[in-house]
Amino acid sequence: MSFKHGRNCGLNIRFGIKMFENLTDKLGNVFKGLTKRGALSEGDVDTALKEVRAALLDADVALSVVREFIDKVRIRAVGEEVLRSVTPGQQVIKIVNDVLIEVLGSDESELLIDHAPPAVILLVGLQGSGKTTTAGKLALHLKSKKRKKVMLASLDIYRPAAREQLKILGEQAEVLVLPEIDGESPEKIARRAMAASKIQAIDVLILDTAGRTTLDTAMMSEAQEVFKLSNPSETLLVADAMTGQDAVQTAKAFSELIKISGVVLTRSDGDARGGAALSMRSVTGCPIKFVGVSEKLDGLEPFYPDRAAGRILDMGDVVSLVEKAAETIAEEDAAHMMKRMSQGSFDMNDMLKQIGQLKKMGGLGGVMSMLPGIGKLQKQMAANNFNDKAISKQEAIIYSMTKKERINVALLNASRRKRIAFGSGTAVSDVNRLVKQQQDMARMMKKMGKMGGLGGLKNMMSSLGGGSSNSEQVSESQSPVMDANRMAELQKMMGGNMPNIGNMANRFGGAGLPGLGGKPSKKRR
Amino acid sequence: MALNWFKKLKTGLSKSASKVEDALASITGKKSIDQETVDNIEDQLILADLGIEVAARITKKIKDQKFELNKNKEVEKLDVAKTLASEIEQILLPCEKNLFENITSKPHVLFLAGVNGSGKTTTAAKLAEQFRIQNKTVVLAASDTFRAAAVEQLKTWGKRVGAHVVSGVDGGDSAAVAFKALQLAKNEGKDIVIVDTAGRLQNKKDLMEELTKTCKVLSKLDKNAPHQKVVVLDGTVGQNAHSQLKSFNEAIGLTGMIITKLDGSAKGGVVVSLAESYKIPIHAVGVGEGLDDLQTFKATSFSRALAGLDEI
Ligand SMILES: Nc1nc2c(ncn2[C@@H]2O[C@H](COP(=O)(O)OP(=O)(O)OP(=O)(O)O)[C@@H](O)[C@H]2O)c(=O)[nH]1
Ligand SMILES: [Mg+2]
Repeated sequence: MSFKHGRNCGLNIRFGIKMFENLTDKLGNVFKGLTKRGALSEGDVDTALKEVRAALLDADVALSVVREFIDKVRIRAVGEEVLRSVTPGQQVIKIVNDVLIEVLGSDESELLIDHAPPAVILLVGLQGSGKTTTAGKLALHLKSKKRKKVMLASLDIYRPAAREQLKILGEQAEVLVLPEIDGESPEKIARRAMAASKIQAIDVLILDTAGRTTLDTAMMSEAQEVFKLSNPSETLLVADAMTGQDAVQTAKAFSELIKISGVVLTRSDGDARGGAALSMRSVTGCPIKFVGVSEKLDGLEPFYPDRAAGRILDMGDVVSLVEKAAETIAEEDAAHMMKRMSQGSFDMNDMLKQIGQLKKMGGLGGVMSMLPGIGKLQKQMAANNFNDKAISKQEAIIYSMTKKERINVALLNASRRKRIAFGSGTAVSDVNRLVKQQQDMARMMKKMGKMGGLGGLKNMMSSLGGGSSNSEQVSESQSPVMDANRMAELQKMMGGNMPNIGNMANRFGGAGLPGLGGKPSKKRR
Repeated sequence: MALNWFKKLKTGLSKSASKVEDALASITGKKSIDQETVDNIEDQLILADLGIEVAARITKKIKDQKFELNKNKEVEKLDVAKTLASEIEQILLPCEKNLFENITSKPHVLFLAGVNGSGKTTTAAKLAEQFRIQNKTVVLAASDTFRAAAVEQLKTWGKRVGAHVVSGVDGGDSAAVAFKALQLAKNEGKDIVIVDTAGRLQNKKDLMEELTKTCKVLSKLDKNAPHQKVVVLDGTVGQNAHSQLKSFNEAIGLTGMIITKLDGSAKGGVVVSLAESYKIPIHAVGVGEGLDDLQTFKATSFSRALAGLDEI
């Protein structure tokens, strides 16, 4: 063979990589004409989105999914304020990133296996997608992390040594593997596996199936049969992160025949941009429950939408740049608000702003993390029961107030409160509670101002932290100056109206920053 | 065989093909190719994984083409499809190269590499079957000492195709297995050695170096070995195929590629842009899980299938 492979080395750079490196530049050019600051116009956004479309396609996001996605971004981006110190192009990228995380994300990535044992997990997918390895990984995960008694069974009677492979993996994970009997059909093996699981008090039975192309009707109906008879708690579609446009076909074909409950994306430790994640998520409507990150049995991780988005878009630098800019603005806003607070002039408008920031920054914890030394408190606050709905409710109430009322709550007599409750779809008691909170807060702020502004707040927060069960966070340098009463007061004031802080760290600077500087409640109203 | 190939491939590509017809439907009654049709064609190429750059370039050529009008005074769909096919064909033709040409050394060493699950082991078996048909004796080297039951898998195939399988210990040195196989082939006067390696992702540096090393070890027994170094690509792969080809090429200097799983709904169109960027020969396509499901790659057939045309 005399083929000279070295000849084209210069051309070997992936087109895609080149293009990705230029996406920011391209968007920069697109927006060159836009000199005056302000909102993104429809035209600007459309031009930018052409480049984004190309980037997504190059990341192997399926065409139909790209279209849908672009429409979503367009709605979000048009009219969006451009932050100080970032370019409109960068702003668009940030919005794209946010929407990506939203679309990819999901709350329900835990396996639903807790009902009447044996709960069945059925793995399906194309040939070579990684089902068998994933079966082994899931077995280990369920056994060691969830303390479940697991059994593995292979229904792959076709590929040579497929069952042998699962057997070895089962031994490595130290879980039971259904013994092989020659000449059984997949359906029969499934039945035997279920019977054996019952007898042996298995919590979770994992069924590994043969790979199949979706065009193979005989094999697809076999999958359907197995699905029907095993009635799985989880039916996971195992797909390769390197999949191209076919991701849609595969996802569609499988979910049309059987009810897929989740996706496992294998080989995520490769260098593919993994657009298949978005395609699969969009087409199946199912969460991506796990990603495979190595060939070893412990190479199974939960799916992190922000990481996946970062890979698909590969614009991490720009995203963090915009986040930084937003952060700066939020810091300035926070400082401004602190000033007003310490002057004791904390009215409903401030409250509204505060709520808006809570929402955007991923809750009060996010705002606080910008204040030096307070970040740690977030963890402690997570212990409390904050919720997002309450916040939106409060926002609605304030929006139902007149301008005058917002500045001067003393105007709020019974009939006005009734009107506001009606206008915001809440109860008068909700309005009362909010007014009380605002007044408490104003009072607190005033006291705090006397205590020394920002530093005072910091101390106050510290004491709040120290006041809860866990006092390890309070450093000597910021020792509490508040008395127990004040602490209790503050805690009460904050309780119940703070969003869930559990995932705050993620949301702050992530999906939590969609609008940035715009009207916070735009979307809801 | 060629017809069989086309049939199998066309079944796999049928969804794509019928959509190409749909895409061209918008020309009906038109005297030139309008933007709608241009966009439709481009979409179809993107859907087949050709990648945006190549799709745009091919589409532009079609747009710039002057088509003669048919008796209905409209652009003839068939002409457009043919042009599309021939544009793709032009890119692929230089890469069409039969794997079985010029096998002059004895033993001749064929080295298979690729990412996990791409179809290496099955392809090794299919190739062994082809050699068996050509009355050549084959040694299969089970160089995948990592994956559970990889050796068992190859041994099962070895039995079916009557090839000797050389294996080592699980977790052992994969290069040593390849070496042993070649040595055995030399001693026993076998014609062909097919080395089945473990799947690996191209960004794992140490694993890629292991491939380099295995080739080097083989060259100690025969300075031209391995004579062929073929990457096995999964037909469902998207643009990451570029990264795969680049890395495997850098590690072992590829002499060719084989695309598997084209019997599925994936179109494998990424090979068009691969062909353009790397000029690495394409030998064959996998169109099923059976031993005879390996077909010689034909640029014309592949292009026509992508353009929704029947084989000539
Ligand atoms: N439909 C179809 N399936 C194929 C084709 N080639 C291989 N397969 C299947 O793909 C799966 C993986 O094939 P293997 O040959 O084990 O792949 P491999 O590259 O050796 O895998 P590892 O050694 O695990 O990296 C098996 O189920 C094969 O039957 C093909 O052309 N079409
Ligand atoms: Mg293999």
